Amino acid sequence: MNRLEVNLPGLTMKNPIMPASGCFGFGKEYAKVYDLSVLGAIAIKATTVEPRFGNPTPRVAETNAGMLNAIGLQNPGLEGVIKNELPALERYQIPIVANIAGTTVEDYVHVARELSKHPLVSVLELNISCPNVKEGGIQFGTQAKVAHELTKQVKEVSKKPVYVKLSPNVSDIVEMAVAVEEAGADGLSMINTLLGMRIDLKTRKPILANKTGGLSGPAVKPVAIRMIYEVSQKVSIPIIGMGGIMCAEDVIEMMLAGASCVAVGTANFVDPFVCPMIIEQLPALLDRMGVEKITDIIGGSWK
Amino acid sequence: MKKELVKVVSQKKIARDIFQLVVKGDVVQMMTSPGQFVHLKVSDGYHPILRRPISIGDVDLEKNELTMLYRKEGIGTALLSEKKPGDVVDLLGPLGNGFGVNDLKKGQTALLVGGGIGVPPLYYLGKELKKRGIRIISVLGFQSAADCFYEEKFAEFSEVYVSTVDGSKGTKGFVTDVILQNSFDYDMLYSCGPTPMLKAIETNIQPEKGYFSLEERMGCGVGACFACVCHVKNGEPFDYVKICSNGPVFPIGEVEL
Repeated sequence: MNRLEVNLPGLTMKNPIMPASGCFGFGKEYAKVYDLSVLGAIAIKATTVEPRFGNPTPRVAETNAGMLNAIGLQNPGLEGVIKNELPALERYQIPIVANIAGTTVEDYVHVARELSKHPLVSVLELNISCPNVKEGGIQFGTQAKVAHELTKQVKEVSKKPVYVKLSPNVSDIVEMAVAVEEAGADGLSMINTLLGMRIDLKTRKPILANKTGGLSGPAVKPVAIRMIYEVSQKVSIPIIGMGGIMCAEDVIEMMLAGASCVAVGTANFVDPFVCPMIIEQLPALLDRMGVEKITDIIGGSWK
Repeated sequence: MKKELVKVVSQKKIARDIFQLVVKGDVVQMMTSPGQFVHLKVSDGYHPILRRPISIGDVDLEKNELTMLYRKEGIGTALLSEKKPGDVVDLLGPLGNGFGVNDLKKGQTALLVGGGIGVPPLYYLGKELKKRGIRIISVLGFQSAADCFYEEKFAEFSEVYVSTVDGSKGTKGFVTDVILQNSFDYDMLYSCGPTPMLKAIETNIQPEKGYFSLEERMGCGVGACFACVCHVKNGEPFDYVKICSNGPVFPIGEVEL
């Protein structure tokens, strides 16, 4: 028995750890650092129809126990991802979560249709929560009706399960989760970054060229835990939990809140070996907790 | 590239806010290309959370020692400046791509142009070029005399010219003033420093051949986070290079400064 195995729609994972979308590129940088086949899955950087450069620099700013980023969905576009990025991941034999974004509903539908056809893509992750682009992104993720409609249209064309990545920048996260579940979402990813800002004392201007950016890292973990705790009790679809995971204990905490697996983001930048390290540490932690298999703890804080 | 806990051998302040930190570890054996950098975790906790990119200033392969020079500016470098002999530092590296050291033939001339904290990587470069029989001229620019460092070290292998913005040492003005006044004869220009300086070199000096080493706020340091990108000259609007993994050294004329 593999005590770390988790099963979600479209995702058979030998352990509950995947790098989070946007924090791992398309895998090739970290593939030079370790063998990616140890991962439970991999979530690749958001893909849009056309290639994008993203925002001007500076694109990152640090803050206590976290960082702000405003990359702006830089990516090589649908064609580039299919031609140059996905094939390189085949050798690792792990599920691939393809994050998709766009400016219009048509963009999302187009990318969803094409990427979900790709044999290497296991599931789609609908990015309706990027806070760093002027059009699209978060505008689809802050109104339940709009998110519902987009999810429905993407579900209609997608050949693979669809996970919707929720924004924490809403007044009622449960309403959003329920709306996309009703639209047919197969799962949820939560949370994306929290909108924030930092100002440079010398220039007296925002540090980020985009002015605002998404806050990630340990600073946001309690927000993620709270939201996953609330949402997981109100929906029946599984949650990929994310937000500030740095170590094995954080994984357990997030799964106790109600996540069925987790994604590790900012921690990769601090320590490129963090994902394999966490995977290695999990069995000993389960032993200490007297837990036989990791799925036993999902939602354990409220069940 | 690897991650290693290296041991601090010495730490000393050598100019205003400029520190020289020497560390020891097996990872040093991999640092054979001048212009590469290392990524240091300076705190044990989450403040600051990200690593700090620091250039490789000098390497002693026999002693397994790496010399880094950095400016104490924010919280990260302030913490780094408190490290004492015997302390350990979490080092990831070497990262990025260095200068082309084999582009010149014996007897040809290299012009090294460093500005402020851009000076250090040129020291290791100069030593390597010297080994290859290259003639070297160094132009080092600082704000004022109190900020100057390594002039005597560069004199080990080159003719050295210094400029300060306030004129308190060397030529008053910028590195470009020194270069224009002396009309040096050289085959290749190697430069590292603030982007405005590199821009001024590109516009006013128009070197035919050479390398620029760029600085930018970095996240991961390995090319995954897309924080430190810049546009490519004559490329499509969406074309880019990543300073950490494609650079930090680029052939002059390749990237939009």
